Amino acid sequence: MAEVKLTVNGKRVTRHVPDETLLVEFLREELRLTGTHVGCDTSQCGACTVHVDGMAVKSCTMLAASASGSEVTTIEGLANGGLHPMQKAFNDNHGLQCGFCTPGMIMTAVDMVRRYKASGERLDEEAIRHELEGNICRCTGYHNIVKSIQQAAGEM
Amino acid sequence: MNDAVGIGARVKRKEDRRFIIGSGRYTDDIRHDNQAYAAFVRSPHAHAKVVGIDASAAEASEGVVAVLTGRQLVDDKIGNLICGWAITSRDGTPMKMGPWSALATDRVRYVGDAVVAVIADTPALARRAAEKVVVEYEELPAVVSATRALEPGAPQVHDLAPGNLIFDWVIGDEAATDAGLRQAAHVTEMRITNNRLSPNAMEPRSALAVYDPAEGHYTLYTTSQNPHVARLVLSAFYNVAPENKLRVVAPDVGGGFGSKIYIYPEEITCLWASMKTGRSVKWTADRSEAFMTDAHGRDHDTVARMGFDKDGRITGFRVDTVANLGAYMSLFSSCVPTYLYATLLSGQYDIGNIFCNVKAVYTNTVPVDAYRGAGRPEACYVIERMMETAAREMNMNPAELRRRNFITQFPHQTPVIMNYDTGGFGAGLDAALRAADVASFPARKAEAARRGKLRGIGYSCYIEACGIAPSAAVGSLGAGVGLWESAEVRVNPVGTIEVFTGSHSHGQGHETTFAQIIAGRFGLPMENISIIHGDTDRVQFGMGTYGSRSGAVGMSAIVKAMDKVEAKVKKIAAHALEAAEDDIVVEGGAVKVAGTDRQMLWHEVSLAAYTGHNLPAGMEPGLKEDSFYDPVNFTFPAGTYIAEVEVDPDTGVTEVVRFTAADDFGTLINPMIVEGQVHGGIAQGIGQALLENVVYSENGQLMTGSYMDYAMPRADHVPSYTIEHTTTPCPGNPLGIKGCGEAGAIGSPPAVINAITDAIGNNDLQMPATPPVVWAAIRAAARPAAAA
Ligand code: FES
Ligand code: FES
Repeated sequence: MAEVKLTVNGKRVTRHVPDETLLVEFLREELRLTGTHVGCDTSQCGACTVHVDGMAVKSCTMLAASASGSEVTTIEGLANGGLHPMQKAFNDNHGLQCGFCTPGMIMTAVDMVRRYKASGERLDEEAIRHELEGNICRCTGYHNIVKSIQQAAGEM
Repeated sequence: MNDAVGIGARVKRKEDRRFIIGSGRYTDDIRHDNQAYAAFVRSPHAHAKVVGIDASAAEASEGVVAVLTGRQLVDDKIGNLICGWAITSRDGTPMKMGPWSALATDRVRYVGDAVVAVIADTPALARRAAEKVVVEYEELPAVVSATRALEPGAPQVHDLAPGNLIFDWVIGDEAATDAGLRQAAHVTEMRITNNRLSPNAMEPRSALAVYDPAEGHYTLYTTSQNPHVARLVLSAFYNVAPENKLRVVAPDVGGGFGSKIYIYPEEITCLWASMKTGRSVKWTADRSEAFMTDAHGRDHDTVARMGFDKDGRITGFRVDTVANLGAYMSLFSSCVPTYLYATLLSGQYDIGNIFCNVKAVYTNTVPVDAYRGAGRPEACYVIERMMETAAREMNMNPAELRRRNFITQFPHQTPVIMNYDTGGFGAGLDAALRAADVASFPARKAEAARRGKLRGIGYSCYIEACGIAPSAAVGSLGAGVGLWESAEVRVNPVGTIEVFTGSHSHGQGHETTFAQIIAGRFGLPMENISIIHGDTDRVQFGMGTYGSRSGAVGMSAIVKAMDKVEAKVKKIAAHALEAAEDDIVVEGGAVKVAGTDRQMLWHEVSLAAYTGHNLPAGMEPGLKEDSFYDPVNFTFPAGTYIAEVEVDPDTGVTEVVRFTAADDFGTLINPMIVEGQVHGGIAQGIGQALLENVVYSENGQLMTGSYMDYAMPRADHVPSYTIEHTTTPCPGNPLGIKGCGEAGAIGSPPAVINAITDAIGNNDLQMPATPPVVWAAIRAAARPAAAA
């Protein structure tokens, strides 16, 4: 068993879990934060994306134990009670259908916009599509996801 | 009317909030007290005899609650999985349905076939114990290709289907069609394969079964597109629980695309196991299991011949198709390559003679059933590749060849059952040509050539049959169920409205669209209207969502129930306001005497209905109406898609650089949502054309079992799309809706492939057009020229 100490969405948590527990399992099963999803078993789909110390991470690729000591933000904690501009943009632009990929998309997109803003690079359509390579959506055909990110990038 | 939210308004989705804040409630998010987990021991062989099962080590493993086998299932009289649509072969014999037990008893027929279920305290303990189950197999030769399976001496998948033939079915007039082909001035012949696909809804299948021994009652939470049908089949055929003791809940469902229509072995096993163990039993597929066990789509091998007279008019169309149905007949598998396929072979064209033969075949692969479009993409792909190729062979403009053959008079009876009620095919083609700016394509091609790229343009004029379907019609064609839809509209005393619909939303936005038709009609705020679906305890009955039927059938049922509500509202108001019923109108949230200032507010009428203080003599109190709506005909969405691609001649890499869709879906309730449906469908179609392919090795091992090997379309594989609409309202239903859920996936593959073949100058190209495939086709096209 491993002791895992995390700050998740601003709250400190300590739990003892089997060594092999993945961060996504920890979030979903231990903390019951079920907004983070599991869409694959080969770290390809991005449905499980969360922020660890401010960076987008596929939480199915990380052991909870190796995240110990970190600050984790999940979709539930992205905008305490309100809506983050990215969340609002997804609603404004019909950027989601079944909603299953959506938390991962939003967490990836927030990280993407922050990185581009920090570096001063231009986040155009081509860059957005390229950056979304690690997130699969089967419903939207990506068109409105790209639009959503473009809108939020202008507002963040 | 409330135009801001009514028919045609781009209302933002009500349901989005819970998804964007992470509060969606999918099956795997639900946890029940006392919950145990199932893991399945699956066949590693494509075909084998099960000689023995030794479960002793698994039973002794930590945390194990039970180890369950097919024998126990049979002892408990759990029924075999069935196919619900009977097809008759040309010789009059019924289709040959091989036995399919939820857990295999004596034989396994595909890699992933479930053999043993292990129930344990945690998923990890269940998996660990499952690995300790020793199944002794005696391997048998396997066959994966349908064409191969029909050859003499091929391995036999089911003893009761000699030669692996499930049915040999025909439609149309063979002699007349062959005569039409003989008289033709030109005949185009092609061999066309439709590649095998995995639906890949992003939420994997999941089930949570809860048994209440005190009541003998079961609850199944599951990823279903049609929970009532699941309950019906689970009780009537699988004998798991009687219908009145079984509640099926399909909560938020993360996409379906057909794959969540069917009842699979895992749901049956979880329900049964919950009774046997007294524990709630959950199972959630991982993606590998999804690839191995979710019903696949397509997998057709076709030879088509189309004849034309000297003016380019079609004289006959003959299609011979071999359809791979996999190892067992899934729930609707038989109707997909027959009544959802061959009946659409007339396309948008006036064709006097059509004949189609379909041989459905068993192989040692996962069962094949409906995947977005289901039969109609296969039909469209055959027709539209034939038209494009024929135009090139006859040196005609492909758009003009199509236009010359368009049906222009409606209703139109095709030779393959369908009666098209309305359409505007020329208008759709014109809209697409305009929006795609086809006129300046030559300039774009020249510009691309300067960059060393081969640019091509491809058309596809699709038609499909949706709104499935008139119950009597499908009954006469072999369906085991009626395909109506039900709705109940409950107006509460305070005037808020709950709509209980038998349709199920797993991404389609029903909570918004369905509310719009009520808000718009009665002039009520959207937030006062709730749409409830997906729970057999709350919704009386429903046939569910597939075949683009929720608009045309599901919403029609709501309209019928609304009509009854409105009639009662008018009677109550007429009585209270002492006016003639005919003078009452409902608008702007009020019930008014037309031409006067006398009125009651909507909630005053609903309250009056419930107080019962002042109702017309003999009227029952309350304000709740329901309806069962059975459509009069299929609906026929149609349109033209135009793809432009650029191919790198050195690598074969193809990029879809422009994609234009002009669809006629009849009335649009929420164009934003409709366009979203088209976007998603197009991406799936581009995926089929360029990337996706399920591959089995010769001996039946699944080679594309993860996202590392099965290429899903990602954001940088697809362009932004241009979407246009033309409208001929459907005359067959009250809102004039045709349906929009599948068009994108139906119309796009031939447009993309026609664009590539145009670019590379070789019509002989099969999907998926991956870089090596395209590269080889470029080389093949160059060869004769080099020799000359
Ligand atoms: S679940 Fe983590 S990438 Fe798919
Ligand atoms: S919205 Fe369904 S997978 Fe993206």
